[in-house]
Amino acid sequence: MTYSAQSATILTQLNALAGAFFLLSTFGMVATRQVQGCLRFFILQSLFLASSAVLLGLHPLSWHLIGVGIINFINKPIIIPWLLRRTISEEVYKRREITQALNIPISLLIALGLTISAYYLAAPLLQVGAGLPALVNLPIGVATLLLGAYILTVRREAVPQLLGLLAMENGAFFASIAIAPELHLFVELVVAFDVLIAVFVIGVLTRAIHENIGTTNVGALATLKEESTR
Amino acid sequence: MFARIVFNIVQVIVVMLFAPLLAGTVSRLKEIVQSKHGPSIFQPYRDIWKLFHKREYISEQSSWVFRFTPIIVFVTPIFVALLIPVLTSYPLFFAFMGDMLGGGFILALGGFFATLAAVDTGNPYGPMGASRTRLVGFLAEPVFMIVFFTVSFVAGSTIPYIVQQRWVNPISNFFEPTHILVMLAFYMLILAEGGRIPVDNPSGHFELAMIDESKGLEYSGSGAALMKWGGEMKFFVLICIFLNVLVAPWGLARTISIRELAIAIPLVLAKVFLFVLTLVAVECSLAKLRLFRISEFLGAAFVISVAAMIAWVFAV
Repeated sequence: MTYSAQSATILTQLNALAGAFFLLSTFGMVATRQVQGCLRFFILQSLFLASSAVLLGLHPLSWHLIGVGIINFINKPIIIPWLLRRTISEEVYKRREITQALNIPISLLIALGLTISAYYLAAPLLQVGAGLPALVNLPIGVATLLLGAYILTVRREAVPQLLGLLAMENGAFFASIAIAPELHLFVELVVAFDVLIAVFVIGVLTRAIHENIGTTNVGALATLKEESTR
Repeated sequence: MFARIVFNIVQVIVVMLFAPLLAGTVSRLKEIVQSKHGPSIFQPYRDIWKLFHKREYISEQSSWVFRFTPIIVFVTPIFVALLIPVLTSYPLFFAFMGDMLGGGFILALGGFFATLAAVDTGNPYGPMGASRTRLVGFLAEPVFMIVFFTVSFVAGSTIPYIVQQRWVNPISNFFEPTHILVMLAFYMLILAEGGRIPVDNPSGHFELAMIDESKGLEYSGSGAALMKWGGEMKFFVLICIFLNVLVAPWGLARTISIRELAIAIPLVLAKVFLFVLTLVAVECSLAKLRLFRISEFLGAAFVISVAAMIAWVFAV
């Protein structure tokens, strides 16, 4: 094996490894009770997303993918947590969620089932003729998309729900860097700002809810309350 | 032929000799991190020596199970040490007797008898500890199974000497996601099986909170010494399986020569020491989980092992 071919296989393996840890940190988001821990796992997940983009950009050298990695590295692990911490009070992060709809071992088993079904869902797409990186990234991206939706459904606190939404976005991104690496950098920037604005809006909304009713347990907000006439 | 038998015996002697040193090193390092002085790393040897010179008391109400258990607990890790690669990367004389699953079964036999003996005497703490150990055990068992199935599936064999070569041949296999995830899952298993901190506190003296320790409370004298020594050897053997079979066969003797074997001993001990450093870091940074949170810990290990399986089955 020549030197460059060997380094290519190592890069592929490292990308697969980043994918595995990406999936694991999503499982971590499903399994942690504390809001703080959930946020930490989200940061880890975004870091693995960025590293996967950089690793894919290294072998057929593509500055574009490396740029995507750098945008993600700055946007998700640094700006979004900072924004969330600024908008929502510290007390929310120390909270431990015990009102989850399903308990954690069952959640983990459902997450496993979702992951396996994601691999089956991705299998026909892969047969169309995708490159080696898509083999890793597409199923894991689909799995994270499903797991993010699952987090959104099961969690009742506002911040983990938001993080579930962001995990879905991360999953879509993780798949897209492998199947559509030629996407224009401008689009990626737009997406990054879009996410930022979504985080900002939901953060402010959560803050307002927290200030008004003293909780961010939005699962309990099931009925609309009429504003009494003043 | 003759050399292989001798090397096999050397392997067993290494496990027997250095297992108490491992236990001593872990507890000393933990005490240092917690800014205490701590006992000498040779303290487990002194404990075993002292216990062998004390009188043994056996309850009249107990049966033969209680009397034979220390011997079984002591002998089972030795049998496993005959099968697995501790010092060499080629099979030794007795290695034909069993594969990794065989080793797992032999270790489980020791745990089974320890549980029976704990129930045997009627001491209130014994059965409690035994049932808790079974709780941890039956949660850990599926993880064990999936890890071994994945490993043997990847390597196409359950013989540890073939499996260990798979990870470094070629070197890019080392970074396979399956490999890393299997390592992670097995590391969590070692914490659970060895009674280490997120699952059990090995230095705790409070019987109501004990999981692993309370099984041996009724033993005295040489029985207690054998139980203690056997437990330390079991931990050493588990670490050897982890480091030499699941991580990488680095530092092992490759050919049948006494020189290589002599070099392999310090190299393997250095590997074990590195492992101990990570163990101390884990033990000093985490708190013991409540009993019913253990299922979450081992559930996470299970998910990791299944993810390893998925990563292999679907990626190829």
